[in-house]
Amino acid sequence: MTVDLGTIRRLVELTVDGEQVRVPEGSTILDACRAQDIETPTLCYAPNLTPVNACRVCVVELEGARTLVPSCARPVEDGMVVHTDSERVRHSRKMVLELLDSSVDLSQSGEDVDRWKDQYGVDAGRYGPPAAPAAAGERDARHAGHHEIPDGSTAATVAQPVKEDNDLYVRDYGRCIMCYKCVEACGTDAQNTFAIAVAGRGFDTRITTEFAVELPDSACVYCGNCIGVCPTGALKSVSEHELREAGQWDPDDETVTTTICSFCGVGCNLELHVQHNQIVNVTSPTDHSVTHGHLCIKGRFGFQHVQNLPEGS
Amino acid sequence: MDLKFLEAVPTQGEQAAVDGLVGAPGEGDDPRFAAGGQHARDLRHLLLPALHAVSDTAGWISQGALNYICQRLSVPPAEAYGVATFYAMFSLSPRAPRVAHVCDDIVCARLGGSDIADELAATLGPAGSGQVVTWLRSPCLGLCERAPAAMVQLAGDTDQAIAPATADGVRTAVAGTGNGHVPAGGSQPSVSAPQTRRGDGQRLRLLRRIGVVDPDSLDSYRSVGGYAGLRRAIAVGPGRVIQEVSDSKLMGRGGAAFPTGVKWDAVAKAPVRPHYLICNADESEPGTFKDRVLMEDDPFALIEAMTIAGYATGCEQGYLYIRGEYPLATRRLQAAIEQARHRSLLGSDVMGAGFGFDIELRRGAGAYICGEETALMNSLEGYRGEPRNKPPFPTVSGLFGKPTVINNVETLFNVLDILTEGGPAFAQTGTERSTGTKLFCLCGAVAEPGLYEVPFGATLRELLELAGGSTGSLRAILLGGAAGSFVDPEALDVALTFEGMREIGASLGSGVIMPVDDGTDMPGMLRRIAAFFRDESCGQCVPCRVGTVRQEESLARLANGTEIGSRAREFALLDDLTRVMRDSSICGLGHTAPAAVQSAISLNLLERGDPE
Repeated sequence: MTVDLGTIRRLVELTVDGEQVRVPEGSTILDACRAQDIETPTLCYAPNLTPVNACRVCVVELEGARTLVPSCARPVEDGMVVHTDSERVRHSRKMVLELLDSSVDLSQSGEDVDRWKDQYGVDAGRYGPPAAPAAAGERDARHAGHHEIPDGSTAATVAQPVKEDNDLYVRDYGRCIMCYKCVEACGTDAQNTFAIAVAGRGFDTRITTEFAVELPDSACVYCGNCIGVCPTGALKSVSEHELREAGQWDPDDETVTTTICSFCGVGCNLELHVQHNQIVNVTSPTDHSVTHGHLCIKGRFGFQHVQNLPEGS
Repeated sequence: MDLKFLEAVPTQGEQAAVDGLVGAPGEGDDPRFAAGGQHARDLRHLLLPALHAVSDTAGWISQGALNYICQRLSVPPAEAYGVATFYAMFSLSPRAPRVAHVCDDIVCARLGGSDIADELAATLGPAGSGQVVTWLRSPCLGLCERAPAAMVQLAGDTDQAIAPATADGVRTAVAGTGNGHVPAGGSQPSVSAPQTRRGDGQRLRLLRRIGVVDPDSLDSYRSVGGYAGLRRAIAVGPGRVIQEVSDSKLMGRGGAAFPTGVKWDAVAKAPVRPHYLICNADESEPGTFKDRVLMEDDPFALIEAMTIAGYATGCEQGYLYIRGEYPLATRRLQAAIEQARHRSLLGSDVMGAGFGFDIELRRGAGAYICGEETALMNSLEGYRGEPRNKPPFPTVSGLFGKPTVINNVETLFNVLDILTEGGPAFAQTGTERSTGTKLFCLCGAVAEPGLYEVPFGATLRELLELAGGSTGSLRAILLGGAAGSFVDPEALDVALTFEGMREIGASLGSGVIMPVDDGTDMPGMLRRIAAFFRDESCGQCVPCRVGTVRQEESLARLANGTEIGSRAREFALLDDLTRVMRDSSICGLGHTAPAAVQSAISLNLLERGDPE
């Protein structure tokens, strides 16, 4: 048996908020910040996906750079001087969160996002009242290079009806911040299925199948890895969606039990999320050497038999 | 790759269009291997040309056509759909096969473009309606010196630009009535570049062949000294060529003003092979038409300059990426490339000198962002034209991940004189830090709009005088196009150099000089600029994707007097948006999207005269 020692990496020295930091070569500024316990908000970053640095909420100020740089994607270099809490950084983070909050439903994006919104002083209301939601399919039909000229009385949003076209998950694109994570997970970062992609342009970009066909007509294999990486609740299981719609979603009651998938011999770790003695979701830890957080349809959705108990038991 | 395709099938015409580009199915396949696989995946870069082929034939891209393209190129349908919907010139739903694109951008709108749009709406129906013939509003078509402009896109026929356009002319052209001849599509060099007919002693460099050479004839180009530059380059060798370019202190003319010699040197020395050359001819900055005039009227010069660049930097393949809205320049360049190939000025053994270099012409499809160098590379590779994160820079990892030199058209034109005169001699013209001459696009409220060439160091006032002065009472000048900024008439005596512009916080950008007179509806103009950026943002990063929307909304409220709170509060909001877009957008589009608006506010151009 061989033991993987990893590659030997030189240490790079940089300054973060006045402190000398030494991190292995190839690390990102975000890694350096985290090594210093400096909290850095992230939305489109995930440890198991290629950084796309699209959301820009993790920006930091790098001395000598004209603009702020995305910490999630910028590799460290010797002698870098980084500021993570300058006025420019705080302004950009606040604005990114505010622009998202004014155009996307962030209410299921988790406690961190709620806290960052407070911390950076987000005021989404100052862009005016949100515009009425788009009709089903309307955003899918928008044409690049053309848009209706606004009068400014309302703030444009991506609000639209939830897409429910299969038994396993829903796509609630009114919550989509276009972080590209689901596309990456569906593509070369995990599943290599390529059922979904980014289409359109500008504010009208959307995650979609070809010609916006329903998921059952697309290449989707229902691995649910897109759900696994979605940070805002835009993609979620039908079970979670239905419980939320019925007002029975109860995260306070949730327990997480780790087990190993019994469907095949690969040995994927599963985390069973249980509310009121019912499995509501299945995930896998991103740092697990086998799954890197990704599962297949059986591991993620094949749990019904576990709770298929006789009536009254 | 195990891809799932739709069941839709292409029409014969659609299939023939795709086969015409990638060959008939099975052609050249080794019968021992299944079709597709690695070979097909290597064809991904043909995605955009394939979409063009279908769109040119059918007028839109059907499910069957997209499906067939995906099968032939081994591209996932969802990704191909994402690419196709990125471009304004493609339609993924049935569209009339004859489309008139009417420019209503900042130059044309005031000079009749809006009237044409209104008239077409009255006679042809609302924009986008109509089964056989339709019309659409368009961003700048790059014909500003002959505004108003239109372009007709005709399925199964060649596209035509029309300038100056009239509603009748556009209707005739798009309807295909009359004698079938599209009016006034061709360029008129003496109109587009007024200096070329003046003979006023002004020594023109970049424009000297405009209107003199026959753009369709290689012999004509050679008769006025064409290919002397390449001959000298071959005589002195690649290292010396780069030395001359470095000595010339030539700075890129695409807007970023990066030293060309440094870029060439980096690619020439890059150990990774192959190297690629790209000529960025995706000129789309509103108000800009300089590259178009050069390409339409002197196409061989660009071919020669690209060959020199390829020779110096060790590239065997060059790509000329031209915006889709330049049909005439595209036709002339394609013809020029073919003639050059025929005469061994392109190909495996250029000029018998033992080096190979060829050029492939690629058409954009209506996306301003593809002028950003890394977005252009993604577009060439068959991906969405989204800018990449930098570093790494293209000289290290560019097209197909290889070292790539990418230059603007005007930059490359300068190389010819640098070779024939020598770098140090070239640097004698202009100022210490801005050498050579510069092309300026004068348009808008100016007596004689057109392309003007002056040595660096000329002032704004001199340029305006060259073009007969502004019409109306001069209120401000928009420098650098929609991504540039307004300057006060008090700045008329500032020198138009890279350093001079930096001093007044402006930028030469693409060389647009657009005087704005006091009759201009400033809020309207700013809203058009904001609408442009909202349309052209690729949508990748939050500051630009949402920021451009909020900017346009705020300007609408300011124009309508429906401010939230007060005007001061709207200005503060715009300032907040400016800072996040400038600081945190991925690319230059986001960085400059608020520039014109900010400069207009700081010059009080938005004030309506009434006290707050």
